[in-house]
Amino acid sequence: MGNLLTAPTVVDSSEDRTMILNMGPQHPSTHGVLRLVLEIDGEVVVRVAPDIGFLHTGIEKTCEAKFYQQVVPLTDRIDYISPMHNNLCYCLAVEKLLQLEIPERAQWLRVLLSELTRLNSHLVWLGTHAMDIGALTVFLYCFREREQILRLFDDLAGQRMMTSYFRIGGVALEPPLDFYDRTRAFLKTLPEKIDEYEDLLTGNRIFINRTKGVGLLSREDAISLGVTGPPLRASGVDWDLRRDMPYSGYEKFQFKVPVSTDCDVWARYVLRVQEMRESVKIATQALDGLPQGPIKADAPKIVLPDREAMKTQMEALIHHFKIVTEGFGVPAGEVYQAIESSRGEMGYYVVSDGTAKPYRVHMRNPTFATLQAIEKMCVGRLIADVVAAVGSIDIVLGEIDR
Amino acid sequence: MGLVTDTGENKDAVLAAHADHRAIAALTQHLPDAIQNAKFDRGELTLTLARERIIAACRTVQAAGYNFLADVTCVDWYPNRPRFQISYHILSHPLKQRIRFAVFVEEGDPAVDSITGVWPAANFYEREVFDLFGVRFGGHPNLRRLLMPEDYRGNPLRKDFPVEGYR
Repeated sequence: MGNLLTAPTVVDSSEDRTMILNMGPQHPSTHGVLRLVLEIDGEVVVRVAPDIGFLHTGIEKTCEAKFYQQVVPLTDRIDYISPMHNNLCYCLAVEKLLQLEIPERAQWLRVLLSELTRLNSHLVWLGTHAMDIGALTVFLYCFREREQILRLFDDLAGQRMMTSYFRIGGVALEPPLDFYDRTRAFLKTLPEKIDEYEDLLTGNRIFINRTKGVGLLSREDAISLGVTGPPLRASGVDWDLRRDMPYSGYEKFQFKVPVSTDCDVWARYVLRVQEMRESVKIATQALDGLPQGPIKADAPKIVLPDREAMKTQMEALIHHFKIVTEGFGVPAGEVYQAIESSRGEMGYYVVSDGTAKPYRVHMRNPTFATLQAIEKMCVGRLIADVVAAVGSIDIVLGEIDR
Repeated sequence: MGLVTDTGENKDAVLAAHADHRAIAALTQHLPDAIQNAKFDRGELTLTLARERIIAACRTVQAAGYNFLADVTCVDWYPNRPRFQISYHILSHPLKQRIRFAVFVEEGDPAVDSITGVWPAANFYEREVFDLFGVRFGGHPNLRRLLMPEDYRGNPLRKDFPVEGYR
């Protein structure tokens, strides 16, 4: 055995030292169909090249063939974990093109649902991220609470995941009467549940060892690589679009933006958990202060009429028929509307040529850019740390590939 | 097709009305010949730049505080000319402000300099535009297809590419 241990190193040319390893596209910890081509030296990562596009369905091309209102259900399919953020961002962009005023009640409902969506998304992230690292229990706990959010969405929109609840000009329907009470009851219990997750993870030696000092990303790299959302704030940049460039009435809500300068996977975990607590606060404020009034803008040529009005008034019926068969024209121009989604800056670039179909819709999705930082996070670390880093940027391949 | 037929007679008026805008001030001072057109529409500033000045313009606004590249994408104005509009969305964290750069390129020579040297974030965006529109980016470190298969032929987001694909 002795001469095996002291066997002379046969490798002297540098090209022979490394080998290429494929991680994905069917690897469970890549959260979908991400393929990472790793160049490794022993177990140390030398290079990482993400290979994406396995889920590319040409949504941007499909949008160009649909009426403006028909694009809303397509946007759900981009980021299937936070569909309402996509709905919101697209609707805000088109409303900006139309210069349409949205009633306050609709804005507050949108804020409430955005925050519920953020909670939903962060719960999925927390469960799967902890599971990647080996803490299986948290996954079941998180999905228990997520199920409650999905049931609320089911009651609200008739769909658990692809809600398509937002409309250009407002929201689709008045929520069912018990929706507010159930949401309030859920929000009341959630902070205790977040404590439960933290009991399982925050003091957990294994979890700390797997995340602290792993996946480091400096402030300069984060900015130059286009990183947004929790990974950007974990790198010490105090930037949240909800506070700094408010949309949909976010300026009326009080909340804190957690920031950390640790730059590692641990910091991203801590920030997202704090963000969940802040989301509970925002959602509660939205419930408490929900104004009365209409839920759709007063624009009969753009917003579909109520069912009741359509069946009793000739004009409403004509508008309904026109919108469904011909769509509505949108004045020519281009807008870029960004919101803070669960993962960072989500932006919709919508170009109109004056017709009823968008000339071009482009989605700027947060993890598409953040994925570029994966090499900075992983080089010089072990393969197991790649799993932690990929989990920490909370990727959704639907929005990367579109 | 408002964008293409806009010949730029409003340029000076827009530049004068927003003279204290940080990006306009920096560009008119350092690169006065770069701005071909300016538009202020729905609260958004769009500056059309000369194709060969895009890197210099990005460096100028970066120095002026526009530190974050949010997005690069393309619009195909087929059959109008020039055909392709490359749109750059740039954000300033300190100023809480966005600007848009537009660069127009012709169908016969769809190429523009890559800005990956200014913002490495442009890497994936430019590859995506190259993949889906066939616009080349000079000086890009790895200009290969990103979303479509590597042996794919055609550029799906061009307007002369049918929605259902070629059969």
